[in-house]
Amino acid sequence: MEPLGWGGIFAAMFVQFIPVWIGMIIVFVLSYMYRGRLSLYGKLFNTIIGQIGLGLVLFWVFTALFADWIILFDPLEQVAGLKNKKPGVPHPDLEGMYYLLGGDNLGRDVFSRMVAGSQTVLAIAPFATLFAFMVGITLGLPAGFLGGRMDTVLSFLANLVLAFPVILLFYLLVTPEIRVTGIPTVLAAFLFLFPIIFAWVLFYSRYETRPDVMYPLLAGTVIIGFWAYSGLAFNADPLGVWSMDPNRLNIFVSVVFVNSPTVFRIVRGITMDIKTRDYVAAGQTRGEGPFYIMLWEILPNARGPLIVDFCLRIGYTTILLGTLGFFGLGVSPESADWGSTINEGRKLLSIYPHPALPPALALMSLVLGLNLLADALREQSLKD
Amino acid sequence: MGLFLLRRFGVMVLTALCLTLVVFFMTNLYPNLEKLAKQQGNFRMSDKDVSQWLDARGYLQSTPVKYGQWLGVLPGYIGTLPDGKPTGRCLKPGTDPADAPTFCGVIQGDWGDSTVFKEPVLDLVIRRLSLTGVLMFWTLLATIPMALLVGVLAGMREGSKLDRSLSTFSIATTATPEYVSGVIFIVIFSSSLVGLKWFKGSAASAMEGVTFENFTLPVMTMALYSMGYIARMTRASMAEVMSAQYIRTARLKGVSFPSIVLKHAFRNAMIAPFTVIMLQFPYLLTGVVIVEILFNYKGFGWLLVQAAGNNDIDLLLGCSVVAVFVVLVTQLISDIGYVYLNPRIRVK
Repeated sequence: MEPLGWGGIFAAMFVQFIPVWIGMIIVFVLSYMYRGRLSLYGKLFNTIIGQIGLGLVLFWVFTALFADWIILFDPLEQVAGLKNKKPGVPHPDLEGMYYLLGGDNLGRDVFSRMVAGSQTVLAIAPFATLFAFMVGITLGLPAGFLGGRMDTVLSFLANLVLAFPVILLFYLLVTPEIRVTGIPTVLAAFLFLFPIIFAWVLFYSRYETRPDVMYPLLAGTVIIGFWAYSGLAFNADPLGVWSMDPNRLNIFVSVVFVNSPTVFRIVRGITMDIKTRDYVAAGQTRGEGPFYIMLWEILPNARGPLIVDFCLRIGYTTILLGTLGFFGLGVSPESADWGSTINEGRKLLSIYPHPALPPALALMSLVLGLNLLADALREQSLKD
Repeated sequence: MGLFLLRRFGVMVLTALCLTLVVFFMTNLYPNLEKLAKQQGNFRMSDKDVSQWLDARGYLQSTPVKYGQWLGVLPGYIGTLPDGKPTGRCLKPGTDPADAPTFCGVIQGDWGDSTVFKEPVLDLVIRRLSLTGVLMFWTLLATIPMALLVGVLAGMREGSKLDRSLSTFSIATTATPEYVSGVIFIVIFSSSLVGLKWFKGSAASAMEGVTFENFTLPVMTMALYSMGYIARMTRASMAEVMSAQYIRTARLKGVSFPSIVLKHAFRNAMIAPFTVIMLQFPYLLTGVVIVEILFNYKGFGWLLVQAAGNNDIDLLLGCSVVAVFVVLVTQLISDIGYVYLNPRIRVK
């Protein structure tokens, strides 16, 4: 069989990505139709930058969701005859099947590995960022609002983590030896408590005077929270719904740990700014408790900068995950994640560039999409 | 100012102590020590042999005691090996045990010996650090003028076409980490696929002498990622200054636009980027490690990876002392510089 030319390769890739195109079109059409009612998100459609950013992010989100339909081969399957073969090479045994972006140094399909890699990133980055925000918000709000000795201690600790070179922290924290000592589990047990504390205080401060609403909400928080907690932190969920393998937990915890001090500092700064506003004073005069004011007065008004930072931070987390993969930390040797694929491909880069380029461009486009999205959101939120 | 400096310095020392203690604790966890014993002794040691090996060399003392010895505030450990010879941190091979100093820690200038390179850590770190210094020098020389130029050009007329395109460019560079841009640069400029072959894809020869051919790609790779961030900060700061009252006054008085940008706005817009440039150093360190690995340039970042990968405890501690020191000193400079550059704070 003849190898495919570049036109054929792109046409075949376009066909493979059809589920993604359909998903993107549906989201875009629906969002555009209802953009008037979608507040900040709807305003994204006023700018071209915002639409490009959203498009790139949606592309990778749908790619990760539909990865099983898009990939052509098992990302771990090795075909000896296709080692380092150029893009568009036909599969020797299967009629009409091609390695669209060539084979890597073990004869695996570069295209399928790139698509499968998006799953690893999108399964960790958004959730790790969310947890970092939970930790940062839960600690940053009281530190900024109440101040005092707690603020001094928390700020010192945050600066301590920030002064740690990220790469050194990863080398110390993400190793098989550390996993034996159980330190990641301890860290997870500590960090994963924060979402539960956050939800508890959120409901308690709001419905303190209405026990009929409060008790069901608190009970729900505790039951669902600790159910997930037992599974995620200790891998001991009695029903087996929540679980995370030790490798992934190690990566997840370290990324949350690195990100939370920055979020803490941002939330603390915004809180100190907002607490001088009149509506906060009005709340205090009404006799609202400090936690009601923090969570129901200050936090909603801080959402603009926080949403922008959330987008940027997912991008930064993606870069961090790539760094971890690049140094082979916390990933299995065969893993298809972008960082380790780039690292593997770089060894033969000047002779066979095709295995390293697709994951590199994929990572870049996802982070670029998130950054453009954040920029457009910032611009639109400042217009109010 | 004196009190401010003193307090700042106190916090800095406290931070350094805490951070080194954390690194010390993490590198001295038992699984790490076990790995070290098996590497240094032999790989088929039983658990009992391992603990004997470690015990004889003083690795099984409590962490605060070991930390004190490493720091040089507690007397160095002295023990005996199974063959009856004395051993300890302060005893150097080939010297009389009786002459050995009592204290030998970081404070006394003894940073221990690397188990991988069989060399004193301090010599190794200094030699590698000077190589990285060269890389950093050229990187900063490329980054800062470019970043300031892009930032000032974008920020002087907010919302203009020039601003939009330069801002998008700087966003794109912040989205391209070193391991991505490095790979792309190598493919474009040094692979046989594109065939340009302008530069070398390896900077190994740059350790002997820096040339345009072997050093352009690593410097470009490093500069690109940090450039975008500094440029965006400069742009934001410049845009803010340009909307200030005194700029409007100057324009109404008929001062020409280039003169306003250069004489009136530029200096005031430099305050924020200065602190940002200084605070970039911790991130630059990650970049250094990636670029040195990618381009095979054996500097400080490469050393750090070797130390961490081989669990070379003393070397890793030495590297972290340097890294932490660099981060804290740049933070201090950024604080002092901020006070110095901003008259509103200085007068108070």
